[in-house]
Amino acid sequence: MALLDKHKTIEKNATLLLVGTLLVVSIGGLVQITPLFYLENTIEKVEGMRPYSPLELAGRNIYIREGCYTCHSQMIRPFRDEVERYGHYSLAAESMYDHPFQWGSKRTGPDLARVGNRYSNEWHVQHLIEPRSVVPESVMPSYAFLKETPLAVDTISYDLTANRRVGVPYSDEMIASAEADIRAQADPNADTSGVLARYPKAKLGDFDGNPAALTEMDALVAYLQMLGTLVDFSTYDASADYR
Amino acid sequence: MKYAMETILLALAAFAALLGAAFAKDSQFGAHMWVLFFVLTASVIVLMRTSSYAPAGVSAEDNSPYMDGPVRYGVIATVFWGVTGFLVGVIVAAQLAFPDLNIEPWLNFGRLRPLHTSAVIFAFGGNALIATSFYVVQRTSRARLFGGNLAWYVFWGYQLFIIMAATGYLLGITQSREYAEPEWYVDIFLTVVWVAYLIVFLGTILNRKEPHIYVANWFYLAFIVTIAMLHIVNNLAVPASFLGSKSYSLFSGVQDALTQWWYGHNAVGFFLTAGFLGMMYYFVPKQAERPVYSYRLSIIHFWSLIFLYIWAGPHHLHYTALPDWAQTLGMVFSIMLWMPSWGGMINGLMTLSGAWDKIRTDPIIRMMVVAIAFYGMSTFEGPMMSIKAVNSLSHYTEWTIGHVHSGALGWNGMITFGAIYFLVPRLWGRERLYSMRMVTWHFWLATLGIVVYAAVMWVAGISQGLMWREYDEQGFLVYSFAESVAAMVPYYIVRTIGGLMFLAGALVMAFNVYMTIRGHVRQEEPLPGAAPAIQPAQ
Repeated sequence: MALLDKHKTIEKNATLLLVGTLLVVSIGGLVQITPLFYLENTIEKVEGMRPYSPLELAGRNIYIREGCYTCHSQMIRPFRDEVERYGHYSLAAESMYDHPFQWGSKRTGPDLARVGNRYSNEWHVQHLIEPRSVVPESVMPSYAFLKETPLAVDTISYDLTANRRVGVPYSDEMIASAEADIRAQADPNADTSGVLARYPKAKLGDFDGNPAALTEMDALVAYLQMLGTLVDFSTYDASADYR
Repeated sequence: MKYAMETILLALAAFAALLGAAFAKDSQFGAHMWVLFFVLTASVIVLMRTSSYAPAGVSAEDNSPYMDGPVRYGVIATVFWGVTGFLVGVIVAAQLAFPDLNIEPWLNFGRLRPLHTSAVIFAFGGNALIATSFYVVQRTSRARLFGGNLAWYVFWGYQLFIIMAATGYLLGITQSREYAEPEWYVDIFLTVVWVAYLIVFLGTILNRKEPHIYVANWFYLAFIVTIAMLHIVNNLAVPASFLGSKSYSLFSGVQDALTQWWYGHNAVGFFLTAGFLGMMYYFVPKQAERPVYSYRLSIIHFWSLIFLYIWAGPHHLHYTALPDWAQTLGMVFSIMLWMPSWGGMINGLMTLSGAWDKIRTDPIIRMMVVAIAFYGMSTFEGPMMSIKAVNSLSHYTEWTIGHVHSGALGWNGMITFGAIYFLVPRLWGRERLYSMRMVTWHFWLATLGIVVYAAVMWVAGISQGLMWREYDEQGFLVYSFAESVAAMVPYYIVRTIGGLMFLAGALVMAFNVYMTIRGHVRQEEPLPGAAPAIQPAQ
């Protein structure tokens, strides 16, 4: 075959081999990934989505730190059994402020995309301290140390700023009041009108059963309790979101 | 003083790590910088103690045609990290069966799982690739490694990357991007090491005394440049603070998911496939003492493999919020990928034409053949699982875990073991391995371990998928999620046993390699068939 004989040129020239390889391996990614930044149904906004409150963001970072994504997905597929088990299938817009995404790849435990409001705060705390005391079949590790670990709050504005740099619309006001907001959201006696104005539908009050201390448990439960609760599916028009 | 510059630079880096620990913005970063400080300080001490203070110009010149020091260290590192990675694998498997084995916070499943995957893929697989590529490129180019001590920098820099990644996971420092968990500062360091690796490898090829670049080196080169591209793009992130461990990915949601799985699938495609095919193209012909089966097939399957693999990422995101067209594209290319994958398998297996009897007599060849067979099996299973209808059942289940392990243990593990057994006697100038019978033991322990593991995970995954979607005649879901978890326990236990067998085989190998390096030769009966009986003349 004549074409294959021409391959000798490439085999004798390392630079040509390098450039050829780079060209060939670039194409697939360019064709598949680039359009996602422009296509309507991957960048559309849906009513109700807002950036994470500082407490929720801190909780999300604990979720990532502990590797929860290794066993829990946050992506409900549009199948009858999944929708019945977990709720409305997940929309692209619901993870638009997720840097990084937490869709997961494995369900050793159940999907958590809409776990918010399903259980009480007390249930979550008990479950995280001793999972088998509420779900006997569970193989989840214990996370009792979260309740004893004070939440680091003094650097939270750095986190909001970094999120703004990658495109999350945090305002100057949100960043300036981040440290106050993270304390107020988990404090049952605080004035929370500012938190609610900045972060509508945010869950308020003490989460970990100890109002005196702001712990990592407060943050993680606050995050779990808001998952999947921002979009109101009683008014959501699914036909506008055909994918 | 030898290595004066290196020692000073390391000491400065250790001091910088100390400053990082002092001014850390979060406790994890502080702890991580202390780890770095201790590792670098220990390296400085070791370097100073081993330094020779001979007057300048009197140093003993290394005049050997090839630079094999980094290869020898690489082989030892491969064995060490292999055993470590398999051990952590057995531990996490046991944790799923017996959750009380979790020790919070540092040894919980969520922190150990990335340690297991990274130890096996990047520490065991990565060291095997770097060591064999350095060995192969010198022999097939008839040139010494380019850049002198740069090859040592690649080796030690890569070990430092592994230590920083591993300790980071235990401290909870992770980007949560599967197989790309290390945080921004470790990623930047790895980029520097990787560029040095490319310079050494490409420089050696450019210095070659052979007109042609041997086929194994095409694969190694494609692996090095593509991993560089994937690593840089997938880890684009903005740190919350330059003195903190946390960073936020440049992309979000859908875009982030596809970028991650474009990376994730091609970590399989280029790290665990292209690189290891390079290994296959050198060590299988060498051990079989036969030429590569087809030159034309190698050209066709090289270019089609590297072109098609890049497209397959979206099959990790079937039925998610990723647009349908991207999912379908990912599925179609994954199925097409079956052809070049089997092209490689055929080229590897058919290299044994005329030497098939060696499967009976040579346990190293047997290992390589089983590796290629598992490569063929998992590159058939993968395209099948990428079909959307199959994926709707298999996704999120243990089936995926079984698939990954038949590839990683069967293909990557076995071909690496074969290469190690080939290399150790040659690198240390020994007549033969300490024991061939131990290679046979390793072969059977590993093979049976994989078969147990994969078979159990098939049954587990398919039952899991079927239980989740099971409806009764009234139209109600039959099983709660918790019932599907309870159903997994026996499979998790048997899977742990399969993993233990594989680990036991690796320990046999470690002992065999150790004794060979020490120069011992075990007195043992030759393997049956190894010395063919003399035929009387007809």
